Amino acid sequence: MKERSRKIYFLLMALLAIGLFPSCSSNDPDIVEPSEEYVPTPKPLTVPPIFARLLPPPNIPADNPQTEEGVALGRKLFFDPILSGNGTQACASCHKPSNSFTDDLQFSVGIDGIAGTRNSMPIYNLAWSINNKLFWDGRAQGAEIQALEPVTNPIEMHNTWENAVASLQSHVNYPELFKKAFGTNSITKELTAKALAQFERTLISANSPFDKYVLNEGTITPQELNGFQIFMDESRGDCFHCHGNENSPLWTDNIFHNNGLDAIITDKGLGNVSGDPNDDGLFKSPSLRNLAFTAPYMHDGRFATLDDVINHYSEGLVYSRTIDPLMKAVSRGGVQLTASEKADLKAFLLSLSDPSFINNPDFQNPN
Amino acid sequence: MKKIAFLLILAFGIFGCSSDDDSQQEVLGCTDPQSLNYNISATKDDGTCEYEVLGCTDPASSNYNPAANTDDGSCIYNKNVTFNFTQNWDGQSVTNADFNNTVYTNESGNFLNISKLRYLISRISLQKADGTTVNFEEYKLIDLTDPASLNLTPALMASTGDYTGISFVYGFNEADNTSGAYPDLNAANWNWPSMLGGGYHFMQMEGSFDDTSGAPQPYAYHNGTARVSNGVFEQNFIAFDFNQNFTITDDATIEIKMDISEWYKNPLLWDLNDRSVDLMMNYLAQKDMHRNGATVFSIGAITQ
Repeated sequence: MKERSRKIYFLLMALLAIGLFPSCSSNDPDIVEPSEEYVPTPKPLTVPPIFARLLPPPNIPADNPQTEEGVALGRKLFFDPILSGNGTQACASCHKPSNSFTDDLQFSVGIDGIAGTRNSMPIYNLAWSINNKLFWDGRAQGAEIQALEPVTNPIEMHNTWENAVASLQSHVNYPELFKKAFGTNSITKELTAKALAQFERTLISANSPFDKYVLNEGTITPQELNGFQIFMDESRGDCFHCHGNENSPLWTDNIFHNNGLDAIITDKGLGNVSGDPNDDGLFKSPSLRNLAFTAPYMHDGRFATLDDVINHYSEGLVYSRTIDPLMKAVSRGGVQLTASEKADLKAFLLSLSDPSFINNPDFQNPN
Repeated sequence: MKKIAFLLILAFGIFGCSSDDDSQQEVLGCTDPQSLNYNISATKDDGTCEYEVLGCTDPASSNYNPAANTDDGSCIYNKNVTFNFTQNWDGQSVTNADFNNTVYTNESGNFLNISKLRYLISRISLQKADGTTVNFEEYKLIDLTDPASLNLTPALMASTGDYTGISFVYGFNEADNTSGAYPDLNAANWNWPSMLGGGYHFMQMEGSFDDTSGAPQPYAYHNGTARVSNGVFEQNFIAFDFNQNFTITDDATIEIKMDISEWYKNPLLWDLNDRSVDLMMNYLAQKDMHRNGATVFSIGAITQ
């Protein structure tokens, strides 16, 4: 008897649910609140062995856990030009898998053909962005905030979120995909950014030849090893103070420095965000992973090649008031590496590149 | 009628009897004058005597004695201890608001500013008057640009009572200074190069000073393990052990002060014109930092 009444109850609930769903997906003005009972499928990040050994656990916001449905939605959105004002550009237009999620231009060009003023940043290992300050000037606190900006930036995707959300809401698939990811088919910019952030956090790169060397699973060449010694030598490269070491496999300190590019600061960088003149000309240290795919280099993409970058630190440093003390050899123009030291250093830097990352099938366009 | 009279007489008799019995019956109770519940009128001990059990009677204390009925003032409470790391230049407070702005003059007469100051403190312990110690497990990377890093409240609590000393290690001791062992410090890029002995930095102090011609020059006063020669290294941490009498009665905050000016003067006069950068692999510079470091720290206010 009890069993039967339970069955009837479930039948009634099922009928009720069936009755509700069509009204939701057909743009019903009565917006259904997120179901408290619906839980998407958890899909924790797969932490690579070298990170598990040396780094804190991935930093995932409590209000945006990684889920199978969220990541799938984020991936679809990332590659879909629907978010742009005229439907021509996706996130992936300037953040291409083949370029470690940046592009090969000095300045990316937006939907109106206007170029920006900063080099598109590669995307990987976001869950280990320790202070979570994104963009070259750190103005976005976390991926969920960062993802909101390019959509409305007039020289990038040049859309409004109102319009972007309306496009998604009237799309044949997206309301259902949002429902699967977040339990509601009422699309918002915040949920869109959450889905994008979930996908972006899956972009983990930790499988370079140097990673394998550190894990004793592979070897590097004598030239690469010598380059690493130069990198770690305070009296030669002295790169490690900002760019990691064999036990700090992010290959960035995630903080902001003036690395002696210009005598006169034209782009204030962090100074624009903090309002502190002592921060003028400071930009976030980028990670050195995947340099083989991310040229050109620097916040303004001024260096076309890694050789240009090394030459800058070797003899191209220029003094300005906020120059970082770690640019200690500025009075001599730089650390004055020899030609062979430069070649070795470059070889080492390239050993931090991870072809399996850019070719990962999970990271390609699903649309 | 007869019966009623008989009953009345009987009842009277019984009443009378019982009241007679009362005056003669034993009074039960505790008859031990040493007990807490001695009954002076008791004539027969009934085993209910209760005796004083001294101890801590507060269930909220860490040494609550459920058997105790008399509090003897011995209750001990576990209290949070917060270490507050402050910095000063010869007594003048230094915070990140001073970074790049305030000019200091060191004992050698160098004019300098500070743009970065990070340092590592580990193995903090408190010595109790009873000879025991409270050993906190946490280490702390203090970074003046991160206000949260200026305070450490260890998980372990300290018991109320009298204390006689505070000790800690500047940097990591040899056992703790293991390359790559601390994920948070790895993520902070705090490692010391393996070619210089590995482990971690103990301090990074950076800024700019005016050279003899008045031109700004960078300095990077970085301290860690000292490299004697290729593959030969010398420990360079400093163990501090302060005699300090204090009593913990409540959650307490203990200030640990760094006088930055001491890094430049005592006992060795440090002239930035001679030594400003590339100091990590400079054995003598590392050991001179170690010598000057001995007077850098002190215990400040203890509040609760």
